[in-house]
Parts: sequence; C-alpha cells; structure tokens
Amino acid sequence: MFFNEIKNRINTLGDFVLFVFNVFYETLSLKFRFSLFLQYMNLIGAQSLSIIIFTGFFTGAVFGLQIGSVFMVFRAEGLMGGATGIALATELAPLITGFLLAGRVGSATTAEIATMVVNEQVEAIEAMGVSPIHYLVTPRVFASAIVMPLLCGVFMFIGVIGSYMAGIYIYSIDEGVFFENLVYLAQSKDIIVGLRKMFFFSFIISLLSCFFGLKASGGAKGVGLATTDSVVKILIYILISDFVISYIEVH
Amino acid sequence: MIYFKNVSKIFGKKKVLDGLNLHIPKGQITLILGKSGEGKSVTIKHIMGLMQPSSGQVIVDGKDVGLMSNSELRNMRSNFGMLFQHAALFDSMTVLENIMFPLKEHFHFSLPEMLDRVEDVLNQVGLQGIEDKLPGILSTGEKKRVGLARALVTNPKVLLYDEPTTGMDPLVCEMIDNLILKVSKLNPDLTSIVISHDMKAALALADKIVMIYNGKVALAGTPGEFKTSKNPIIRQFFSGKVQGPMEFL
Ligand SMILES: Nc1ncnc2c1ncn2[C@@H]1O[C@H](COP(=O)(O)OP(=O)(O)OP(=O)(O)O)[C@@H](O)[C@H]1O
Ligand SMILES: [Mg+2]
Repeated sequence: MFFNEIKNRINTLGDFVLFVFNVFYETLSLKFRFSLFLQYMNLIGAQSLSIIIFTGFFTGAVFGLQIGSVFMVFRAEGLMGGATGIALATELAPLITGFLLAGRVGSATTAEIATMVVNEQVEAIEAMGVSPIHYLVTPRVFASAIVMPLLCGVFMFIGVIGSYMAGIYIYSIDEGVFFENLVYLAQSKDIIVGLRKMFFFSFIISLLSCFFGLKASGGAKGVGLATTDSVVKILIYILISDFVISYIEVH
Repeated sequence: MIYFKNVSKIFGKKKVLDGLNLHIPKGQITLILGKSGEGKSVTIKHIMGLMQPSSGQVIVDGKDVGLMSNSELRNMRSNFGMLFQHAALFDSMTVLENIMFPLKEHFHFSLPEMLDRVEDVLNQVGLQGIEDKLPGILSTGEKKRVGLARALVTNPKVLLYDEPTTGMDPLVCEMIDNLILKVSKLNPDLTSIVISHDMKAALALADKIVMIYNGKVALAGTPGEFKTSKNPIIRQFFSGKVQGPMEFL
C-alpha cells in the first residue's frame, strides 16, 4: 500500500520529466505554432486582467492600511510608499498573481484538456498526424511565460496605486513624500526579482495544468478530479518554489 | 499490408486481445466483427499506434508500429483517415474548422480549395449548410457523419471506420454503406477497415471478414465462407441469439 503509493509518485514524476522534455524538444524540432501562441496570449490576458486589477488594488490598499498603522506609531508614515513598493514587487505581486492565475488559467486549462482526453479528441489529434503536446501544450507554455509576468507587473502598478490611496486618504500622507520614498527605497531590481519569480511560476502553472489534463481518464468525474488535483498541486509548488527562490536570492 | 503478429493487450488485469493474428490486405474492404467489448476499437487503435500492444507486433507497410519514431508515426498517420466510434470532433471548433483541420496540417491548399473540398465531403455524407455550427448541437448521427467527412477529406490511403452506421436510420445507413463502397471503388489502392454490427451490410460490403472472439480471430474469410461456415460462434452471431456458445458476461 505505502510502497505502491511511493511507486506511483515516482512514476508520475518520471512521466512529468519526460513530458517537460518533450515540450521543449518539440519546440525545437517542429514548426512553432504562432497563431495559437497569439490566441492563448490573448485568452490568458483577457481571462485574468480584470481580476488582477481588482485584487492588486485591494491588496495594495489593505497592505498600506496595515503597515501605515504600524508606521504611525514611529511617526514614519512617510516610509509607507517604499515599504509597500518593496513588499508588493518582491513577494505579494508574484505570489498572489500566481495563485489567481492558478485558479483562473490553470483550472480552465486542465479542465479543457482533460475533457478533450476523455472524449478521445486528443487521440483524434494524434490520429491526424499532429502531436498533441506541440498543438495543445507548447503554445500555452510560451504564451503563459510572456503574459503572466506582464500581469504581475500590472498587479505591482495597481497595488502601489491602492496603497497610495490608503496613504493619502486615510493617513493623510503627503503625495510627494510617498513617491519620494517609493522611488528611494524600491528599486528596479525589486521589480525584476518579482517578475522573475512570476516567470518561474508561469511554467509551474502551464506545465502542470497541461500535464494533469493529459493524464486525465474516466469521464466527467475524471475531469473534475484532474482539475482539483492540478490546482492544489500548482499552489503547493508555487509556495515551495517561492521559498526556494527567495532563499537563493537572500544568500 | 497490415499484420497483427501474436498481439496481446492487457488493461490492468483484463486481457482484451490474446495473441491476435490478423492480416488486412491492401486495396480491399476488411470488415471486423465481434460482440460489444470484444476489443474491436482497441484493435484499430493499435493500427494507428494510438495504443501499443502489451506483447506482439503490429506491422504496417513492413514496419513495426511500436518501433516507429515520432516523425515516422506522424507521417504514417497523415496518410490514414480514421472515424472514431464517438466521432471525437473538436468541440471548440466549428464543423468547417473540424474538417479543415487535417487539410491545414498536412497540405498547402488555398482557402477556396479547402472550402471546396469540405463542401464536397459534406455533400457526400449528406449534410449541407452546417459548416458554421458547433459539434455540441449536432445529433449523434450528424456528428458521426461530420467525423466521416473529416476522415475522408484528405483522400487517405487507409481508412478506418469504427462503426460508421451505428445510431443512424436505415436510409442514412444505406447511404453511408454505399459511400464506403464508392470511395473504395473509386480508389483501387485504398485499404478500408470497417468495424460493424450490421451483418447484412457486412456481407454486401466486405471483401474479407474477420470475426474476433475472446481476443483471438475466430474466423477470417470471404463473405461466402462466412455464410456457409459451420462454426457455432459465427452461426450464433448471424442468428442474433443470446443462447449459444458465445458467453455474455
Ligand atoms: N484505455 C482503456 N483502458 C482500460 N480499458 C480499456 C481501454 N480501452 C478499452 N478498454 C477495455 O477494452 C475492452 C474492449 O474495448 P473496445 O472499445 O475495443 O470494445 P469494442 O469491441 O469496440 O466494443 P463496442 O462494440 O461496444 O464498441 C473493454 O472491456 C474496455 O473496457
Ligand atoms: Mg468500439
């Protein structure tokens, strides 16, 4: 029982490694599907832009609100801009964007591909002499790698606006001071740190969601199982890799 | 041109094919019979390389399908057309996009040429004016016929039909049977493999019939040989009776 479980996990890991290898191998060996790539960029952006803006604004505002009350004690409200900027750029934006996109894009991808698998549509793609990985997975992976960091950038920008509003209207901080500190403390390197994280997360989201979709079996129930499994695993691996990346960065 | 050599296929504990030996001749219509769940769909998926045998070999044009590289497989498949038992249409694409899919992938036709071909195959399966519909709203029989059109559109060298007429009214059945025959006559090199339950049509259509039972070939021969066969399993299948040597679990 226990050993079977371990054996299954090792098998799954092996399958995943092979899958990732195939994704990149076929990217190099077959003609890139540019129109699908554009289509998925558009889809991922359209699916998630509004929720990213909404969440970014309130995350920034709440963070500003909380940290402002602490800084008030030390009469250091002016530092709010800088503190929010750093926290948003390096940690909050990539993590929350990653979680949102796992729920929004990852689940949709797994459900769509899993449905295609259980309805034999993926076999039909193969039967017509087309590689399902090259057709379904590769364009999604590359579209995600470009659009997801962009969405993360939007989150950072809107988040700063949220915290600015909190600072100006709740703690009556001077706008000049807010931005002066923001620019002084938060540097472009922080933004790069955050975007780079999101770039990593984008592969976790796209590769895992496609992998779980392709592995699905057994009707509507199988699609449901694959989808929850996929989202939970994506969240876990985002958290783990966030820790690892941050650890490497600090050292 | 297609050989099964001692092919076994096991799913978990279930042995579906059990040392199947089979020859499918080139340029003919071969019909595969067998009761439901006997492994007919599994058999033709082996020909396409969509499933690999647990043991044994499937040989297509002298090559072992299990040993083909990905590009060899893609190349082989682009010369094949397959109608899936449940049509397997892409439900996010319109009927037109579904049928154009294999054309776009493997040929360099202009758009008007492709539209012409699509209209032509749709006419052949008796459907008009549904190009812009999504598969989800079509009836089972209509889906099946769109699937058939998608299999025919590339003029493949080998056509595999998984129960092309199941779920259709007698008139459409007749039309599809005639179409299979016509396509095969028109193109003497075309190899057709048909899975069917319809005994009457089977006898009229086939050059060769293969009856699968218990994962093996129970009888392979011409329609004439089938009609006169004394094999109790064949007789039972022809009579359509539940009582007999064939067990229904
Ligand atoms: N991917 C799979 N995994 C596990 N078992 C499978 C799989 N595909 C088919 N089987 C099993 O193999 C057996 C044969 O299936 P198959 O679809 O070939 O039957 P069939 O002869 O086409 O029947 P029908 O006439 O009803 O279509 C069935 O018992 C089925 O449960
Ligand atoms: Mg079948």
